[in-house]
Amino acid sequence: MAKVTFDTDRCKGCGLCVSACPKGILELAKDVINKKGHNPARMTDQEKCIACAFCATMCPDCVITVER
Amino acid sequence: MIVFEKPKSLTDAELHYCPGCTHGIIHRLVAEAIDTLGIEGRTIGIAPVGCAVMAYNYFACDMVEAAHGRAPAVATGIKRSLPENIVFTYQGDGDLASIGMAETVHAATRNENITVIFVNNAIYGMTGGQMAPTSLPGQITQTSPYGRDVKTAGYPVKVAELLSALDGPEFIARVAVNNVKNVKNAKKIIQKAFENQIEGKGFSLVEVISACPTNWGMTPQNALKWIDEKMIPYYPLGIFKDKSEGKEAGER
Amino acid sequence: MGNKVLMKGNEAIAEAAIRSGCRHYLGYPITPQTELAAYMAKRMPKIGGVFLQAESEIAAINMVYGVAATGRRVMTSSSSPGISLKQEGISYIAGSDLPCLIVNVQRGGPGLGGIQPSQSDYFQATKGGGHGDYHLIVVAPSSVQEMAQLTGLAFDLAEKYRMPAMLLADGTVGQMMEPVELPEEKDVEFTEKDWAVTGTKMQRPHHIVNSLYLVPDELERKNFERFERYRRIQETEARYESFLMDDAEICVVAFGIAARVSKNAVLAARAEGLKVGMIRPITLWPFPSQALKEAADRVKGFVSVELSMGQMIDDIKLAISCRKPVELVNRAGGMIMSPDEVLAGIRKMNGGDNQ
Repeated sequence: MAKVTFDTDRCKGCGLCVSACPKGILELAKDVINKKGHNPARMTDQEKCIACAFCATMCPDCVITVER
Repeated sequence: MIVFEKPKSLTDAELHYCPGCTHGIIHRLVAEAIDTLGIEGRTIGIAPVGCAVMAYNYFACDMVEAAHGRAPAVATGIKRSLPENIVFTYQGDGDLASIGMAETVHAATRNENITVIFVNNAIYGMTGGQMAPTSLPGQITQTSPYGRDVKTAGYPVKVAELLSALDGPEFIARVAVNNVKNVKNAKKIIQKAFENQIEGKGFSLVEVISACPTNWGMTPQNALKWIDEKMIPYYPLGIFKDKSEGKEAGER
Repeated sequence: MGNKVLMKGNEAIAEAAIRSGCRHYLGYPITPQTELAAYMAKRMPKIGGVFLQAESEIAAINMVYGVAATGRRVMTSSSSPGISLKQEGISYIAGSDLPCLIVNVQRGGPGLGGIQPSQSDYFQATKGGGHGDYHLIVVAPSSVQEMAQLTGLAFDLAEKYRMPAMLLADGTVGQMMEPVELPEEKDVEFTEKDWAVTGTKMQRPHHIVNSLYLVPDELERKNFERFERYRRIQETEARYESFLMDDAEICVVAFGIAARVSKNAVLAARAEGLKVGMIRPITLWPFPSQALKEAADRVKGFVSVELSMGQMIDDIKLAISCRKPVELVNRAGGMIMSPDEVLAGIRKMNGGDNQ
């Protein structure tokens, strides 16, 4: 079971994880503003995650931890 | 099982870089190499002047902040003093290829046993987007508002090609961090640049093509595309020199 | 000890540095200090030390910065134009509170100037030199013997106060040969500094050697702390030689080779019945202001003898709060005054007789 967790307050909302995700299951949370004032990234459908870690690979801020 | 997490040799400090700036990816790749090789306790890093000036807060190993462009000289002093330690510099294009060109070339030609991470984003970031020695012909910056005119501003410096023409350096490569495949390759190459030092092979420089969405005036996504479309055609990726593998200048 | 050898001043510095435990020399060739580098190039590889000819003075001083950051004893040497190039690195070393020794065997300037002896880098050495608020400890040898002695002292003071020291010599003392009694080999037993970068060994938080403080009140505090240290140095570390000052009515002030010339002039003046003495600063920073201040209570005037257009004279006037007149005897551009020229200055101070 894949699990992706976000250290949300580190996120700068650049969206590089969103465009890297091959399953299209990440988004920037337009309804959330984090400590830094950004819309942070979040998972929309954990079930579909394959734990490829492409999101974490492209994240410049070490926001994402991926577990399987 | 953890597939991916923040490397241990990065501190918990939040990076000050702009959203989508790929300095953060490169920091992580350096830290991953340090973790993988188990060398954090004996590594000393040198921060530059430029956007990465505060890298000393991000790497958990001992750190020194150098004057603009002088990191290879500072690294030389440290390495000669403590040859058993692992010494790396982390420098941008203005730092390494403009003001610090002499220090770069001479550390390379001495085959100084250090690792140099050279971040090329074709612009001066910290000062707000001026023309860099690596800005592309025609590239619009604050100090080339009509585009870099090679007749008056000269041509970009191709650092990897230039240094690989020297007999001295052990290893010269150019990588990019604009997509997953390139990041994974960059990780391998950066690790090799540290392994070379551990094995006493000598000067190993990795030029990393990096994005500056803020000063390029692009979204982070478009900045990564611009690397593919404009940067990589001018700055081809690959291993330019690998003396131990018998690969000399000109072969790629 | 006890054995005297005949040596050039520049070589005496090199040998004294080695004997005081310095195992790192990084420099760039320039006249008139090349013998020092040549000596190091020969000796360092034989004793497990580091000699490196850098690509420039700028690189050399930044290599010094790197070695100093590891807590090891380190030095560089150059002459005036090269010292100008090193100023960036010296400012960073001062701003990072690191010790090191910089030798300046001065030649005439400005610009490329000449290659003959001079003392015209006095301001640069004693007032900072690079950007920002800082000082160097500055020692000024006037003999080959002192070249050796003050090298060890400069290293010790630099390390004690965690700041760069400069040995400010001139081309004459650098090139002259004299018998010298070298200091005994110092035990180079090394203790790790609790600020140095040597690798955390995963046993302590990382050390950061740095001169960047973006928060202004933090940077101000750093400057205040540093100047508090400077104040203590000014109170305790000023060194000078007092020569025939007990009954002196005129005080000659000179350092380095100018003091050697002046000593003869003082003796000649005494032979004429003039009550003249000399204060020779051995440290130029801290300047022996207190000694001059006390002398000002007794003498009727001072004569500053300098191989420059008159730089130290400002510090003399400051030390004595301009309470007494100060005459300048000077030569520049590589020329050295004769004892007669100094004597003429003394006579002038004595009552206007300039014959």
